[in-house]
Amino acid sequence: MAHVANAVRGRFDRLRVWAPIAVLAALCILISLFSPNFLTISNLLRLLNSAAIPTVLAMGMTFIILMGSIDLSLEGIVAITAVLVSLLVANDVSSIEIGLWAVPLAVLLGGLVGFANGLLHVRLGTPSFMTTLGVGFAGVGVATAVLQGVTVRINDQTFRGLSLGRFLTVPAAVWVAIGAIAVAFIIQERTRVGRWIYAIGTDETTSQQVGIPTQRSRIIAFSIAGLFYGLGGVLSAAQFGQGNALIGSGRLFTTVTAVVVGGTALSGGAGSVLSSVIGVLIVVVTANGMVLMGVPPFVQQGVQGVLIIAAVALAIDRSRLDIVK
Amino acid sequence: MTTAVPSLELRHISKSFPGVTALDDVSVAFYPNEVVGLIGENGAGKSTVLKVLNGIYQPDAGEILVNGAPVKITKPRDAFDRGIAMVFQEQSILGSLTIAENIFLGREEEFLRYGFIDSRAMNAAAARELKKVHLDLAPGRRCEDLTFAERQMVEIAKALSLDGRIAGQLTILLDEPTSVLEAKEVGLLLSIVRELKQRATIVMISHRLDEVLTISDRVIVMRDGRVAKELPTKSATVQDLHKHMVGRQLHHEYYREARQAKVGAETILSVKALSRAGSFQGVSFDLHAGEVLGLAGVIGSGREDLARCLAGHLAFDSGTLEVKGKPLAGGSVLKAASSGIGLVPSERKAEGIVAALTVAENITMAALPKFVKSGIIQFAEEQRTAHAWIDQLHVKTPSTATPIGSLSGGNQQKCVLAKWRVAGVAALILDHPTRGIDVGAKEDVYELIRDMTAEGLAILLLADTLEEVIGLSSRILVMKDGAVTATFDASPRAKPVQVDLVRHMV
Repeated sequence: MAHVANAVRGRFDRLRVWAPIAVLAALCILISLFSPNFLTISNLLRLLNSAAIPTVLAMGMTFIILMGSIDLSLEGIVAITAVLVSLLVANDVSSIEIGLWAVPLAVLLGGLVGFANGLLHVRLGTPSFMTTLGVGFAGVGVATAVLQGVTVRINDQTFRGLSLGRFLTVPAAVWVAIGAIAVAFIIQERTRVGRWIYAIGTDETTSQQVGIPTQRSRIIAFSIAGLFYGLGGVLSAAQFGQGNALIGSGRLFTTVTAVVVGGTALSGGAGSVLSSVIGVLIVVVTANGMVLMGVPPFVQQGVQGVLIIAAVALAIDRSRLDIVK
Repeated sequence: MTTAVPSLELRHISKSFPGVTALDDVSVAFYPNEVVGLIGENGAGKSTVLKVLNGIYQPDAGEILVNGAPVKITKPRDAFDRGIAMVFQEQSILGSLTIAENIFLGREEEFLRYGFIDSRAMNAAAARELKKVHLDLAPGRRCEDLTFAERQMVEIAKALSLDGRIAGQLTILLDEPTSVLEAKEVGLLLSIVRELKQRATIVMISHRLDEVLTISDRVIVMRDGRVAKELPTKSATVQDLHKHMVGRQLHHEYYREARQAKVGAETILSVKALSRAGSFQGVSFDLHAGEVLGLAGVIGSGREDLARCLAGHLAFDSGTLEVKGKPLAGGSVLKAASSGIGLVPSERKAEGIVAALTVAENITMAALPKFVKSGIIQFAEEQRTAHAWIDQLHVKTPSTATPIGSLSGGNQQKCVLAKWRVAGVAALILDHPTRGIDVGAKEDVYELIRDMTAEGLAILLLADTLEEVIGLSSRILVMKDGAVTATFDASPRAKPVQVDLVRHMV
């Protein structure tokens, strides 16, 4: 755990690492007191399964938030990659059928859209917030236009096995998510761009002065995020057995909530992909617990809203708020 | 020494910005194994020289030579690759990274193995660099946990890491490295500079002339974008340097002691047995109209917290605080300001001014309600007031509508003073009012302090140097470990000497 703790950077290191873990533990204890079904193997597997896609998406989003930026194109990228992959495997709309080769193509498409995000954001100097909002809308638009409102039904069972298959009784989607975590962690800890993302998020001017190619790093970071969203799109298509323009709906808010609840600072420079995994689990456990306790769906949404505000409020370093003018 | 090839040379460098000539045909050379002091008032062109050398600015004319060969420096990395390392005044150490990561930030390729960073090799290399600056810290430590002085040393270690990684002579440019360090740390830094001399050319920019005289072999004085004077340190005195910097003689009466006002009878601020856990205990004093009360003490003496308490930025635990006989509760800036206490903070950029707002807006900020009629700000009135203060305080600004951030430090400080005068305060707390501003502007601030006391304002002063606190104050309180340890009378002809104060400080 020491190495994991060390991989979470930022002020109040320990609090950042342990507070979300404590919250997660408390939630689990609380829910299991109310619902005996919570701590059953089948429920825990269901939990992990529902955490898989948010985890993959959160890996990408973490890098963007670590830079102090935001990426609102997530749902658009998930939509077009899910649509692409569904059209390339055996399906009821197109006659193309390339099987699992569709997966790298769709992931790559996600990376390309992410690259477009970064390029536009850096070259036009538009804030990431606005740029990605536009690109995301365009993505959903393209997906809708391509399908003209229909839903593609996927008939390729091998492809669906990416999500539904099981290995050692654990759903394949969970294994994919674990792989995504490993890749994200290596990028964060062992590559230059991972380190530069922290540097940029901490202080972009200084980063520039020491010779970090900040613009290139930003483009790479958005591309990496796009790759993860593309993988998220593929998993979504595999899980639901279909591709449509609205398949990503609701993913953005959950992902940002998970990253922030996990302890990554919206101001950039502090946090970790591992924190985001905890964040995803908190969000998923909360949702699962509310279902088990019979909380109405609209109340569930309200709870998620409260969760993100509480997380941001707790994460703000109040000792630095004493700004004197 | 002059026969050697300069490790770094600027030839006929000129650089102008719209409306200003920042550098006007500057030619200087720095030779191997020497320490050069580069001094000058703010705006004299020192920082422009640095920025040209670091590739942040491109010169309009002239050339830069490294080890005798002309080079083009278009970005900071170019400078680094040519062996020019800059230790910034605003530190470039990033808190979220470890010491090792900071030292090699942007230069990780040395430690790449199949595209991945070999952290162990990087940490080992960083440990070797830390040894050069006698810093006994684990290279894996996160920099946000370090003290300011330690970060400064990491910054220097980073500069030194060029040693052995580039061909040819290393040039290290230190931009005011001591301005934020305590005396002990300054001593350590200077001894490191002496060691470094064996391996590198050191250029040190400093406002502290005594330090420059202690450490350098040669001094280059800049004024108005030109080299005003180059002289060997042996034959220089503080008086000399000062004369070359400002182009006039050091004011005989630097601290305007003759203008030290007679302390009035009226008590403006009365502090009784004031305590704050962990900061200070049982502090009592009266501050009178027309008085400059100096607070002396080292870091940790509690004087900073005391000043912040009086201005309402911090709450106190026990004791009483009265302004003109009326009790004032602690912990509210609003209450403190409306009862007549203003604070001129040491962190001017972060706390004293709002950089993006105009000069006029900054000047009227603390008293904005005075300029509002039926909910609307009366611009004409605001402008009139701003103009009056700009004239009275000789603020150098193109107009009242200039963003205050574009003024020099000294002029910004004058606006901060004007802000509190407009608000009509009875007592001003000056926290290092001359920190980071040049000599000429310092004298202006001293003059202003005398003007204010002549008008009956009471001033509590936390000064930059002991010399300053002695020169300016009418009375001095010395603090140590949160308690007042001595009180000195400092009438013009009966000033205490520094050793007296120091004895009660440590």
